[in-house]
Amino acid sequence: MRFIFKTSYTQDIDLAKHSGHVWAYSALVLLMCAAPWLVEEYWLAQITFVLIYGIVGLGLMVLAGFTGLFSIGHAAFMGVGAYVAAVLSAHGVAFPVVILVAAGLSALVGAVVGLPALRVKGIYLGIATLSFGFIVEEGLARWESVTGGNAGMHVKAMTLWDWKVDSAEKFYAVCLVLAVICTLIVLNILRSPTGRAFVAIRDSEISAQSMGIHLAYHKTLSFMFSAALAGVGGALYAYKMQFISPDQFGILQSVDLLLMIVVGGLGSVHGAFFGSIFLITMPQLITLGKDWLPAAIGQAPGLQGVVYGLVLIAFVMFEPLGLYGRWLKVRTWFELFPFYRKGMFKRQKSFQKSDRLK
Amino acid sequence: MNDTLLSAHDLTVRFGGVLAVNRVSFEVKQGEVFTLIGPNGAGKTTVFNLISRIYTPTTGHLEFLGQRLSDLPAHSVAAMGIARTFQNIELFEHATVLQNLLIGRHVHNRSGFWQHMLFTPGVRQAEQATRHKVEEVIDFLDLQHYRDTLVAGLPYGVRKVVELARALCTEPKLLLLDEPSSGLNVEETADMAFWIQDIQKDLGITVLMVEHDMSLVSKVSDRVLAMNQGEVLAMGTPAQVQSDPAVVEAYLGGGFDATALRRQAGAPA
Repeated sequence: MRFIFKTSYTQDIDLAKHSGHVWAYSALVLLMCAAPWLVEEYWLAQITFVLIYGIVGLGLMVLAGFTGLFSIGHAAFMGVGAYVAAVLSAHGVAFPVVILVAAGLSALVGAVVGLPALRVKGIYLGIATLSFGFIVEEGLARWESVTGGNAGMHVKAMTLWDWKVDSAEKFYAVCLVLAVICTLIVLNILRSPTGRAFVAIRDSEISAQSMGIHLAYHKTLSFMFSAALAGVGGALYAYKMQFISPDQFGILQSVDLLLMIVVGGLGSVHGAFFGSIFLITMPQLITLGKDWLPAAIGQAPGLQGVVYGLVLIAFVMFEPLGLYGRWLKVRTWFELFPFYRKGMFKRQKSFQKSDRLK
Repeated sequence: MNDTLLSAHDLTVRFGGVLAVNRVSFEVKQGEVFTLIGPNGAGKTTVFNLISRIYTPTTGHLEFLGQRLSDLPAHSVAAMGIARTFQNIELFEHATVLQNLLIGRHVHNRSGFWQHMLFTPGVRQAEQATRHKVEEVIDFLDLQHYRDTLVAGLPYGVRKVVELARALCTEPKLLLLDEPSSGLNVEETADMAFWIQDIQKDLGITVLMVEHDMSLVSKVSDRVLAMNQGEVLAMGTPAQVQSDPAVVEAYLGGGFDATALRRQAGAPA
């Protein structure tokens, strides 16, 4: 067991709360750096996708998990980022510039979508963002002079002046660096006044406002930041896929993104990456499972949808904190061994919140 | 010398056909504890919501330190130096007590989003200063024990104190307390009375509160305003207001007392 003895306020401010964090995350970074030599090319590609979806997930996590605004059209921001990458890379623009422009443009679009968020809440915001997703998908399909319409677009490999990111290993390295940068930025925001304002808005708008938090500013900010990360992820996605078409950024992708953060664990940064691992490995597991199952089930169409649905329902019912919540329990079990008690994480029902002032 | 902190001029609020507050005027002086009392539905909380700009008055206006409050957007009220608590507790439930109190310091934040993204040394320093201020409030209200507990897991009485602490963290000039003793037991109410007195005397903060517990009211308040059905009934010291016939009538109802009732029923008085 570990007892943290606090002697200064910086211990609460620092990202690493104790030496264990330093060791664990250093080891993780080393392992990720060594991955190209450790795993086959196929799995390296999968890890790359985990990182890309992780970045998008971080963005959605800030918006949904920390600010409490649900977006059911987040794939649209990915789409904006992806098409920026496709168009700019065709002109041979250096990739850091492409990534920045993708983030910037997505953020601008995010600001526009954020406007209804100032007026509508909950399920209505969901509907607003859902229809926004359709508008963008349709827009990408119809604006043929730039996007090539439904025929899709080829995306050229990343370049940085003379340096060309032409191998899977190099692309993986770029994704890894970007994922680390994005994670650090998100962590910084969450430990600063802006992050606290987000959480305040999530938990009680009326009270956040009375504490002097400018609701419109922070909601728009959250939308823009979230969209920017989705844009970065979208640009990387485009580079990785090398071919994009509007239907890749439709409602199914948006639902996948939401599924990802809910299964990963709403309100945790780990959750974005756990969820992304889930999203990428699940199809593989289902393919493996097909051979085990009787043909009537295993070969039935739509098996993936059913499994996703069941997993989501199971998580909502039995583990609302998602994979991250499960991870916390497992870790506590080891830390306290053999003193872990079954009821440790049981939340008592409390009926103290009466209807809020709306 | 003009020592008026907050003044209300002819406040009227109409929700459709309901006249929630009708031509209410009062002045809160610097450094006093001013209490609003009245039966349910008297419009006390509506007055609070007017001050914190959740509602806008239909007519009339509020002035705080010479500035009209109705010209300000709702989030600027805290920056002006007005902090409040809520009747039903509006804490950030999925955050720790410490995080809740840190949010209370939000109005004193001087750094922007880009600095937060990079967590510059300036932000780090400001965070330490913020924490220092928060610890002062924690010491003042004896909350050390609960610092890292999630609010969702705290008993009601402690939540009330945490909400008071969060309001104090903004370093307000005027503190609005909406029923500080509701839901508290006798000991907790006694503690609350001491804290309100300390807030007034030691921190020099003016307190405006809505309260039902008359023993608490008479213990801490300098002046009391009684309301009923959106109108002012009486204003004065707690003793004056309590003995005011209009106030007695509002609370007990009818123009007759218990003896008159018995006489009516023909029973011996």
